[in-house]
Amino acid sequence: MAPRQEPLIFQYSRAGRGAVDQWPREPDTPLEIPRELQRPRPPLLPEVSELDAVRHFTRLSQLNFSIDTHFYPLGSCTMKYNPKACNALATLPQFLARHPLAPESRGQGVLACLHELQEMLCALTGMQAAALGPMAGAQGELAGVAMILAHHRSRGDLARREIIVPQAAHGTNPATASMCGATVREIPVGADGDVDIEALRAAVGPATAGIMLTNPSTLGVFERRIVEVAEIVHAAGGLLYYDGANLNAILGKVRPADMGFDVIHMNLHKTFSTPHGGGGPGAGAVGVGPLLEPFLPIPIVVREADHYRSLTERDRPRTIGRLSAFMGNVGVLLRAYVYMRLLGSEGLSQVAEHAALNANYLLARLAGAGFEVAYPSRRASHELIVTLERQARDSEVTAMDFAKRLLDYGMHAPTTYFPLLVPECLLIEPTETESKETLDAFVAAMVSIAREAREDPERVRRAPHTLPVRRLDDVRAAKQLDLTWDPDARAPDRPG
Amino acid sequence: MAFIPHTAADVEEMLAVIGVASVEQLFDEIPPSVRARGLAGIGDALNEMEVTRLMMSRAASCGFALSFIGAGAYEHHIPAAVWAIAARGEFYSSYTPYQAEASQGTLQAIYEFQTMIASLSGMDVANASLYDGASAFAEALLMAARINRKSKSLRMLVSRAVHPHYRAVARSITSLQGLNLEEVEYDAASGRTLVDSLRAHDGEDITALAIQQPNFFGVLEEVDGLSEWARRRAIPVIAVVNPISLALLRPPGEWRGGADVVVGEGQPLGVPLSSGGPYFGFMATRMAHVRQMPGRIAGRTVDLAGHEGFTLTLQAREQHIRRGRATSNICTNQGLMVTAATLYLSLMGPQGLRRVAAACHARTRALVEALVRIPGVRAAFAAPRFHEAVLQLDRPVAPVLAALERREILAGLDLAPDYPELGHALLVCATETKTAADIQVYASALGEALEARTAA
Repeated sequence: MAPRQEPLIFQYSRAGRGAVDQWPREPDTPLEIPRELQRPRPPLLPEVSELDAVRHFTRLSQLNFSIDTHFYPLGSCTMKYNPKACNALATLPQFLARHPLAPESRGQGVLACLHELQEMLCALTGMQAAALGPMAGAQGELAGVAMILAHHRSRGDLARREIIVPQAAHGTNPATASMCGATVREIPVGADGDVDIEALRAAVGPATAGIMLTNPSTLGVFERRIVEVAEIVHAAGGLLYYDGANLNAILGKVRPADMGFDVIHMNLHKTFSTPHGGGGPGAGAVGVGPLLEPFLPIPIVVREADHYRSLTERDRPRTIGRLSAFMGNVGVLLRAYVYMRLLGSEGLSQVAEHAALNANYLLARLAGAGFEVAYPSRRASHELIVTLERQARDSEVTAMDFAKRLLDYGMHAPTTYFPLLVPECLLIEPTETESKETLDAFVAAMVSIAREAREDPERVRRAPHTLPVRRLDDVRAAKQLDLTWDPDARAPDRPG
Repeated sequence: MAFIPHTAADVEEMLAVIGVASVEQLFDEIPPSVRARGLAGIGDALNEMEVTRLMMSRAASCGFALSFIGAGAYEHHIPAAVWAIAARGEFYSSYTPYQAEASQGTLQAIYEFQTMIASLSGMDVANASLYDGASAFAEALLMAARINRKSKSLRMLVSRAVHPHYRAVARSITSLQGLNLEEVEYDAASGRTLVDSLRAHDGEDITALAIQQPNFFGVLEEVDGLSEWARRRAIPVIAVVNPISLALLRPPGEWRGGADVVVGEGQPLGVPLSSGGPYFGFMATRMAHVRQMPGRIAGRTVDLAGHEGFTLTLQAREQHIRRGRATSNICTNQGLMVTAATLYLSLMGPQGLRRVAAACHARTRALVEALVRIPGVRAAFAAPRFHEAVLQLDRPVAPVLAALERREILAGLDLAPDYPELGHALLVCATETKTAADIQVYASALGEALEARTAA
């Protein structure tokens, strides 16, 4: 039985206790550090035994939902099974022990994996070259937009400072454009889920640096007029950025470069099944066509005869530069490499096929059960949107209430309230690694919650009921900030 | 092997429910003109046994040399318990804790981590991590520009004794928003950044000052004087610190002039070297600046029944809410590394961490003493240091490093590319993992290498 609550690690602390055998022996030479530079008081760290720590953090882990324990249909996040081999083989002792500044002659095996990964990512996406340094999707986006801006600047075209994003874009797209010093221009999406072509025509011009698109879009449908979109943007002098968050849907079916994209980032922690780790680490490799290759962020791994080497500023004087202290999240890259080798070309095609099969099956079953899907006339890509507007109106049970109640049914909630365009929405991404039985169980849970919403709405509104905590007070969390433990403070007040 | 559970019967049944004849039909909205024909260039699948054999041979090529390289990534003992627990599926395969009720384990670990980092740095609050130390430094500069809105120059004074890769990353990222990084020269005799060098900027509009303690050379900066110079001029101070060193060193929050943003590389706290990542960047600040801080933050609150619980908070700073006006575009961070670091810090505690730091300091001192006894080797700087040192040789460093590498010793980092003015300079580091015997092996090999070449 999993615990319901666990004290803070600090509350186990006893002065003088510790995992002593893990510590080095006391050195017998005095410190050669001037007194005024020395720490006057020890930091607030727990004093616990090794068993105390092991038990505490094991219990904390048991308070989590995870892919290994629960169905996790979180739209846009591609929560598929993370094969154990990927972790085991990326953490072989020699890999873990290798210092990032060790000579490249002592890392040829690592560099070979990275180089082959670059090549495989290019083959999948149709891009000419790839760089693996960006440490997450958002940093890949930053690299991509920075390359687009560098390209315009290199041509002396300083007026192109505007990045177009569709209304339904991931929040990271506009945030990235701002972080790159560009201005953001949002364009609407039509009723059928495709970009509003007339609005796009009106938006492009001499200020257009580029457009950021996800395809399939965040609405869970394929952007059918993508070729036309590319022509419009290119004709206006802009470039196309592909947000690879939804790449899982199209592996082997269509390549971003063939759709007209000039640059792409790939979330290796989504499509290539490296773990999400409770928030990270990820990896946001970027791929580019010939136009942007000179600007790729370093390092880039090249093969010269039988030797692998990573390129520096000296090799690539027009690079947008370095984005990480060393070589990005190498351990994550190795996991993605192992994953791709395990699947091979056939396996990777099966990924998109079964991701689409699962999403469309869920769509058909949920629609058949009376749920309103956002784009009923469209194929689902690898994910689908259900809108609970009717339930919200009739029973005052919101999408968030549904989401929280699903937790009681032992399933992680889908993404809620994103994309913002669809009211009361659940964005559901089952992924290819889930079985038909799991999908059927999800439909059954949704049907059951819909019935509860009619018959006992309070039960749904106050969900979850069976988790370690009940619904949490987010407003209080933001107003009465309690961000660190203070040993002298009393426990938070309990209401009434 | 695509980890797909479907039987042929499942597929048939599912297609019938969908109302299509084939899986291929599910892709009929993709324009035929751009459809791909298969996947060339990926190769056939290997099974797990075959991939294991491949990866074992790739790993073997890296070997296990005796390493004295530091320079921003440090070899420390990692208790087995750290990754035995952090790699549990419930941590490893969970998502960002947006659904708080289903993520209390991750959220509580983040809250404990924030407490530890804030205390180590002497600040009020910390976030749930950034990508690595270098990108955290770039974010700190952007944050300082938001804190100091009165300053219009966007001139950031950065000591040249800050890690060269950190400065490079900061340039890549912050130049996009027009920040100007201006380098402050270090003192050639001591290896320190002198307050006198800052005085040249008296009366100018400076947006922030960045100091690394200990600096890239391992030298301890006169942080009181530097921070006080900035404080008197209302210039925000960014401190780049090594978290292990904070067990011994006065935390930035207690420098005479204080600090506004503290960042650093979290790798020394239980994260393997792994060719450079994944690591994690940490960031701490004063409560007054918390709304300018990028990245996720966990907070403690209560649930419907009044019981304590944890949730992500101050999300209005973040991209998924604020979009184009967010403090940063960061979304995915380095969560799992933070879980490992929280475990590491729990196992070390205040005493253990102090011992690790003191042992590193002592071993480096022993290493330097052993090496400077060799003719042709001298210490470059006189100032006190933590656990790294710059040595100067009487000849170019690269061939010497190559000679020692042939004896399975990675003898340090050649500083010639980044600091040519230091001559034949070598940055060395000894952590608690290096024994007296290891140091002796290095000293003998270096002595022989220098002797052999002199003879030749």
